[in-house]
Amino acid sequence: MKSISDIRADFPVLNRTVYNRKLVYLDNGATTQKPQCVIDAVSEVYESYNSNIHRGVHALSDIASEAYEESREKVRAFINAGEKHEIIFTSGATGSINAVAFSFGERYLGPGDEVIISTLEHHANIVPWQMTCERKGASLKVIPVNDDGEIIFSEYLKLISPKTKIVAVTHASNALGSILPVKDIIDAAHEAGIPVLVDGAQAVQHGVVDVSSLGCDFYVFSGHKVYGPTGIGVLYGKEKWLSEMPPYQGGGDMVESVTFEKTTYNSLPFKFEAGTTNFAGAVGMARAFDYLSELGREEIAERERELLSYATEKLSAIPGLKIYGNAPDKISIISFTLSDIHQYDAGMVLDKMGIAVRTGTHCAEPVMDRYGIEGTIRASICFYNTREEIDLLCEGIEKVKLMLGSK
Amino acid sequence: MSVNDIQEEIIEEFSQFDDWMDKYNLLIDLGKNLPAIDPKHKTRDYLIEGCQSKVWLYPDYDGVNVNFTADSDAIITKGIIALLLRVLSGRAPKEIISSDLYFIDRIGLRQNLSPTRSNGLLAMVRQIKLYAIAIDAKR
Repeated sequence: MKSISDIRADFPVLNRTVYNRKLVYLDNGATTQKPQCVIDAVSEVYESYNSNIHRGVHALSDIASEAYEESREKVRAFINAGEKHEIIFTSGATGSINAVAFSFGERYLGPGDEVIISTLEHHANIVPWQMTCERKGASLKVIPVNDDGEIIFSEYLKLISPKTKIVAVTHASNALGSILPVKDIIDAAHEAGIPVLVDGAQAVQHGVVDVSSLGCDFYVFSGHKVYGPTGIGVLYGKEKWLSEMPPYQGGGDMVESVTFEKTTYNSLPFKFEAGTTNFAGAVGMARAFDYLSELGREEIAERERELLSYATEKLSAIPGLKIYGNAPDKISIISFTLSDIHQYDAGMVLDKMGIAVRTGTHCAEPVMDRYGIEGTIRASICFYNTREEIDLLCEGIEKVKLMLGSK
Repeated sequence: MSVNDIQEEIIEEFSQFDDWMDKYNLLIDLGKNLPAIDPKHKTRDYLIEGCQSKVWLYPDYDGVNVNFTADSDAIITKGIIALLLRVLSGRAPKEIISSDLYFIDRIGLRQNLSPTRSNGLLAMVRQIKLYAIAIDAKR
C-alpha cells in the first residue's frame, strides 16, 4: 500500500486548514473526501466529451455513452454482480431504496403483508418502507438489538412468517458501526422464499462486498461515501426481480415505444433510468473504484481495523466517555457520549479546533431511542486518517471536558 | 436602550476576543447564568425542536412589554439565547416586530442561526416575532 503521506496528498481537501488549524476530518460516515483522480475524471467529462448519453448519433454522444456503460461494468465488477444490466444508476442509496420500496411494493405488497427491517436502520431504510406500507395496507416488523448494538438473530427468525414479503436491512449501522450478519439474514429469508435488500451505504467503502456470494436480491449504496461524486448511487437487483417490477419513474430513455394509448418499456437497466442520468457522476464513481482497487481493498479494510482499534482504546481511556456500539464486528465508526456534556456543545467546540465530527441522532432516531439517549458524537474514520488525528481528537475531547464539564 | 444600542454593546463586548474558545467560554458563562424558565413552562407547548438541540421559549405579556424566559439542553445554544433575550425581551410588541437582528452575524455566530444548523435558534427568533405579532394583533 502507498505511504500515508502519499495517500493524503491524493485528497486536496485533507490538506486545507479551518479556523487557521489543520483540518482533522472524522466525518467520513457522512461523506468521504475525493481523490484528485476522481475530480479529474469528472472534469474530463465536461472538458472533453460532454454529451447526452444513448441519444446522439454523433461522436461525443458515443464517447459519453461508452464511458457511462464502462462505468456500469466497473460497478458490476466492484460488487461482483452477475450481470451488467442488474446495475441501475440512481441518485444515491436513498434514491435506490425509494425505487425498490415503490416498485417492489407496487408489484408484491398487499393488505396484511409485512416488511422486516432492523432497529439499526438509517431513516432512508425506514421511511420509504413506511410510505409503501401505508399505501398498500402492509406493516413494518422491526428486529430488536442488544445492548452492544447487535441484532438479536433469534428474534429475527421469529418475525419471519408467510406474511413477510421482503427483508430490508443495513449492512453496517451508520450510528453505531455494527456490521450485521447479512449472509445469515439472507440465508434465513431465502429458506422461506423471501427476498432481501441490503443497504450497503456504510459497508462498500470499508472492504470487499460480493453480492453474488452474499446472495442478496438488492444491494444499494451511494457514490459520495465511496470517494466518488455526490448525486450518484447504485441499485443492484437480481434480474428476476427487476424484470418483474414496474418502473418507478417515467420519462425519456426508459421506453421502447410511446403512443398516447400505450407505452412499452425499455429493457434492463434502462427501464429504471428515466431521463438524463448523472453520467459524469457515474464516470467519477467508477474512477473512485479504480483508485480503491489500486490501493487494495483488503489493505484498506486492514488499515481501518487497525485505526478503529487504536481509537477505541484511546477513547475508552477518557473518563466519562461512553461508547455506544460494542459489537465485535464493526466498521470504523465510534459513537460516544460525554457524561453531562451535550453532544451539540461538544461538536461546536471540536469544530473550532479544526476537528470535524458529526453530532446528533445521525438520521437514526430509533437507535437513539433504543439506548434512551438524545444523540451521540460520532467519529467516523477511514484509511486516510492517522493515529495523530485520533490523538488530536482525544486532546480536543479533554479541552471540551475542561470547558463544558459539570455545567 | 434601543434594540440597536444593545446590539452594539454586545458587538463591543465580543470584539475583545480573537480566539474562538474565549468567545465560547463567554457564551458558556452566559448560558449558565441565564435565568431559569419556570419548570411548568418547560413543556411540549413551549418546545421548539431542532434536530441538534432543543429550545423552550415562554412569552409573558404584562400589558406593555413581552418578557421572555427560555432554556435549552445545550449550553452554547443557551448562551446565544441569553444574548437574544438581552436584545429582545422586555420590549413592546411593535419594537420586537420591527427589530433587525444583525449582531449575531457581526460576532461571528451566523452559522448558529443558519437554516442548515437546526439547533432551534432560527426557529426561536421566528417564534419570538410570531408571539409579538399575535400579542400586538390582540391589543
